[in-house]
Amino acid sequence: MADTLIRQGGATRFTQAVASLGANTGNGTRLAELTPPGQINLRGRPSDPRFVRTVGAVLGCVLPLNANTVTSAAEVTVLWLGPDEWLLVTPAGEETALIARLREALGDIHAAVTDVTGNRTRLRLSGPGARETLMKGCSLDLHPRGFRPGQCAQTLLARGGIILHQIDDAPTYDIYPRRSFSEYTWMWLSDAVAEYQR
Amino acid sequence: MTKAEFRTPTGGRIDRGRPVNFTFNGKALQGYAGDTLASALLANGIHLVGRSFKYHRPRGILSAGSEEPNALIQLERGNRTEPNLRATQIEIYEGLVASSQNAWPNVETDVGSINNVLSKIFVAGFYYKTFMHPQSFWMKVYEPVIRRAAGLGKAPVEPDPDFYDKMHIHCDVLVAGSGPAGLMAALAAAKTGARVVIADEQNEFGGSLLASRETIDGKPAADWVRDTVEELKRFPEVRLLPRTTVTGYYDHNYLIMAERRTDHLPRGLAPKVSRQRLWKVRASQVVLATGAHERPLVFADNDRPGVMLADAARTYANRFGTLPGKRAVVLTNNDSAYQAALDLADAGVAIAAIVDLRTQLGGPLAAQAKQRGIRILTNSAVTATYGAKRVTGVDVMTINGSGESVIGAPTKIDCDLVLMSGGWNPAVHLFSQSTGKLRYDDALACFVPNVSMQAERSAGACKATFTLAGCLAEGAAAGAEAAKAAGHGEGEVPALPSVERTEPQQPIRPLWVVPSTDLVGHGKAKHFVDFQNDVSAADVLLASREGYQSVEHLKRYTTTGMGTDQGKTSNVNALAILAKSLASPIPQVGTTTFRPPYTPTTYGVLAGRDVGELADPARHTPMHSWHVAHNALFEDVGQWKRPWYFPQGSEDLHAAVRRECRAVRSSVGVLDASTLGKIDIQGPDAAQFLNRVYTNAFLKLEIGKCRYGVMCKEDGMVMDDGVTTRLGPNHFLMTTTTGNAAKVLDWLEDYLQTEWPDLRVFLTSVTEHYATASIAGPKAREVVAELAPDLDMSAEAFPYMSYREAVVAGVPARIFRISFTGELSYEINVPAYNGLYVWEQIMRVGAKHGITPYGTETMHVLRAEKGYIIVGQETDATVTPQDLGMGWVVSKQKPDFIGKRSFSREDTSRSDRKQLVGLLTEDPNEVLPEGAQLTATADGHPPIPMIGHVTSSYYSETLGRSIALALVKDGFQRMDQHIFAPLGGKTVKCAVTKPVFYDPEGVRLHG
Amino acid sequence: MLTINCPWCGPRDETEFGFGGEAHRTRPADPSALSDAEWAEFLFMRTNPKGLHRERWVHSHGCRRWFNVERHTVTNEITRVYQMGSASEAAETAPAAEQAPATAAIEKQGSRS
Repeated sequence: MADTLIRQGGATRFTQAVASLGANTGNGTRLAELTPPGQINLRGRPSDPRFVRTVGAVLGCVLPLNANTVTSAAEVTVLWLGPDEWLLVTPAGEETALIARLREALGDIHAAVTDVTGNRTRLRLSGPGARETLMKGCSLDLHPRGFRPGQCAQTLLARGGIILHQIDDAPTYDIYPRRSFSEYTWMWLSDAVAEYQR
Repeated sequence: MTKAEFRTPTGGRIDRGRPVNFTFNGKALQGYAGDTLASALLANGIHLVGRSFKYHRPRGILSAGSEEPNALIQLERGNRTEPNLRATQIEIYEGLVASSQNAWPNVETDVGSINNVLSKIFVAGFYYKTFMHPQSFWMKVYEPVIRRAAGLGKAPVEPDPDFYDKMHIHCDVLVAGSGPAGLMAALAAAKTGARVVIADEQNEFGGSLLASRETIDGKPAADWVRDTVEELKRFPEVRLLPRTTVTGYYDHNYLIMAERRTDHLPRGLAPKVSRQRLWKVRASQVVLATGAHERPLVFADNDRPGVMLADAARTYANRFGTLPGKRAVVLTNNDSAYQAALDLADAGVAIAAIVDLRTQLGGPLAAQAKQRGIRILTNSAVTATYGAKRVTGVDVMTINGSGESVIGAPTKIDCDLVLMSGGWNPAVHLFSQSTGKLRYDDALACFVPNVSMQAERSAGACKATFTLAGCLAEGAAAGAEAAKAAGHGEGEVPALPSVERTEPQQPIRPLWVVPSTDLVGHGKAKHFVDFQNDVSAADVLLASREGYQSVEHLKRYTTTGMGTDQGKTSNVNALAILAKSLASPIPQVGTTTFRPPYTPTTYGVLAGRDVGELADPARHTPMHSWHVAHNALFEDVGQWKRPWYFPQGSEDLHAAVRRECRAVRSSVGVLDASTLGKIDIQGPDAAQFLNRVYTNAFLKLEIGKCRYGVMCKEDGMVMDDGVTTRLGPNHFLMTTTTGNAAKVLDWLEDYLQTEWPDLRVFLTSVTEHYATASIAGPKAREVVAELAPDLDMSAEAFPYMSYREAVVAGVPARIFRISFTGELSYEINVPAYNGLYVWEQIMRVGAKHGITPYGTETMHVLRAEKGYIIVGQETDATVTPQDLGMGWVVSKQKPDFIGKRSFSREDTSRSDRKQLVGLLTEDPNEVLPEGAQLTATADGHPPIPMIGHVTSSYYSETLGRSIALALVKDGFQRMDQHIFAPLGGKTVKCAVTKPVFYDPEGVRLHG
Repeated sequence: MLTINCPWCGPRDETEFGFGGEAHRTRPADPSALSDAEWAEFLFMRTNPKGLHRERWVHSHGCRRWFNVERHTVTNEITRVYQMGSASEAAETAPAAEQAPATAAIEKQGSRS
């Protein structure tokens, strides 16, 4: 059955490299590929109070309406992607049930709930060199004055599009490349981070 | 080891406790840590470092900075060799190997110097004028010879072993330059809490202060620099970047800086650190504190080794503890050279004379020089220099009343050093790159920043403020204002450090050509303007006489200012001489355009990590690893790597494709179609939306049915095609071509967001969520049936162009019965993370039928046999659906859809447009090249009208012959006629046919 | 490289955006009612000014929204960014005052003019 199948991440070629880089303490900057989480794309009109309220009730947290912000509840993280678009991130395998609950709750409210679990993989970059590693390929202002924990952005990392989510002040970032770009993004990041892993 | 007899006994910023060994032109030499290659060579008494570009004249070190035109060096050997580096910027390190360029067999005895004897013929435009005929000689004879004789250093032939990277940075205030103005600007901005980046091209901060004997706050200037840098380092939001050249200034305060991170270290020592880094800066505000360049004087034979800019000599003495000579003559038209003379005198250089072009003496510096007993000759000119590889003396004469010539008898003065100062050019390069407008200042005889076009301000010498107090004050004000403009502080200017009072300078006397015994261009002497390109005042005047009177034309014709130095020392002299010859004011002549980079920048640093595998992302499908393991060769489709074909054993492309085609037509094959764009479309108006964007009707598509659609742009030309399936009343899945996936999504959003915001439709890209396996062939049904035992696979229950949901190999899947091969075919979509697993199950189950993985080449052949188009291959944005013979896909009933109105335009509705036809060559084994032009007749003399071209062409295993598709003018009317493909040596005769070669009734599809 | 202040996401590098040509060219409500000349005018003719130009951009690598930009074609200065459906007439006189993204403002969406 599908649930018993191992979900394959994108950077399979580098499984071994993941392990070795993860183990390398160096100055503490680490790169790892996480198990791909469940992912749901949500579209709906923020001007429709029924939509906002219904989604909030199902998720157990408010829908982030401010650009580039993230909210979360116990089993879901909600990333703002656009003025009428969000990415719901769940533990792997939990997405199907949440999709069903959302669709049922939304009923005839104009919205779109789409399973996009396969769309992206997730990499985690953490440690003192993490910000400068990203600065090598990302033109966003990642300075704490401009980008903080709880913020997210869709942007470019080198030549591939990503969703970037800052988790904490370590700093830790979750990076969601498109699945087909995940090997490229992995190679790019492991090259860029090497300087901080002496 | 030569004793460094040109070192001062003490002083300078070199570390005398750390000797550094290096090699120049094969000779082992020693300098100290802190030396540049130029200062170390001068300390060893070496001035002759190169030969000039055209005449191969001996040349010495002219400057002490990045403006250096002469001392171009080939650094290192083998894979790390690098040409055209300025000796004045190379920091020496243990084991450095450097050599001169443009000299053979060596710089001391150079065969090419014969050109100097023949210089009368090597005038401006010589190459243009001489090597015109015969034309065919240019590539084969002239150019290679000239290239060998001229040119600069040699590019490395081996791959670069170092790596380079880039970094983005945002800041409130970027300060370019770290002299007194730059440091004060950074300090003032830092105190407001602003994010500050300060960059300087030199190895340490301080700029001109590093070579100054002035005091600031009662301490030596260099100590003030040290303390200020320490203070700056304590601000957490300040980033100090020495060895970093701000090299480009672009729109919206976007600047690039090139940092040399390891060039000062022995090569290969820091393998984990990039050698150079390109900083991409987005600055709210910029303070330009880039200083000024001293101008050479244009006098007779002003290019002998030992002729040097006055302030450069002062820098060598004060900063590097190096004496560039023992007995100097100073030639000047302004006050600043007096400071150089005084400092050099204190350092131990005998000042034989100060030759001042000005008639009047005044000011405290002149008074000091006079007091020291230095001989000062006013209203005088150096009219000749002597010496072959080193200057040995000069002639000095009195200038006449007009300043145009000299009178009386020459006085010869022996010397081994001639210091010149023709005034100062503010380094307005970055200002000018930012599109700021310059103004010519008559009193100072230089161009200064006038109108800013971006959020920047200049401070200090780059704004023609030449006093220390002025630079400090302007820098502080600029830093505070910049910070305020970026939202930090109230513009409060920090307390200024105290400096000695400076007397006002006496005015400059800009004699752009220093008069000598012969008129310029007559006699043997040369008055060089551009040292690097060997352009003399006579060349400028000749160009002017020949009509090259725009400064931009002058530049191209004479090449002045076109070298690696981009004319930092020559441009103003050249344009001033041009202005004089035209009797125009200098502002009217203007300057050439300043362009990035400020100084030469390596290709490596511009490429950064965008090399090798990182040069461009390779997009992989979930089944990629299987394809690799099964010997696939890949084709690039956009950034995707798609399996091209799967050779077995020693098969070539053709053998593999024939085998793969046979398998699909006779049994079953499987294609990885994951790369197709997939857009999930939901909303009450989804059907209406599709009805407007596709040329055919979608309103009444039944749930569970698929429909092929074509999208056109408003001009009626085909943009994309694909199959769209109705998943529910308000829910569709659209597929797009692989290459257009992102473009189509943006385009659909455009219409939804701007033209039809009333439509309630949401689009979500699910391209990467699904892995797609297309199973095709007569045995496809058996394979899918075994994988999905719960699904009724009968033709009645699951007909062609329909869709079912089922569990396939244990995975929830969407199955589409659609075909791009003309065979019974199912496309199975499963979540990408299960794609590889399901693929492997397909292969396992299909094994008993000999299931054959096939690639894009076989797909292309199979679809061409059916006459199915590929957007971008059969179309090129000038092709309508009707041109493709696909009028059936264009609705006649719908009142409007994108592109409809254009189909009735006169040009679009012509009946003789280029139309898609099939071609069968007379020789069935002849495969036409794709792109081949087609003609209506087999013979005749050019020009023969072209009536079209071949868009697709293959050998068809199924048909046992070649087939081709072509766009041919009036093609529909040419059925069964013959047309021709002239292919160079032969002309191939082709019959025009319908573009469907196989199973035209579609029996196999519906089976 | 331009910085474009996406009305939703804030300032981003030009590389994240796609260019969509001149703004405020509304697709005719009934193309079939137009003469060939009028239709060609809509299809092909653009103003191409030396000076302020109102044009459409899409934040392709960000929020995927289309919006309008007023840019000086000589200096590349961007004087305004505004959402689709904001009145173009107001653009003639309004000072450059487009502010930070406000999600609720999606309701402003309307036709290109």
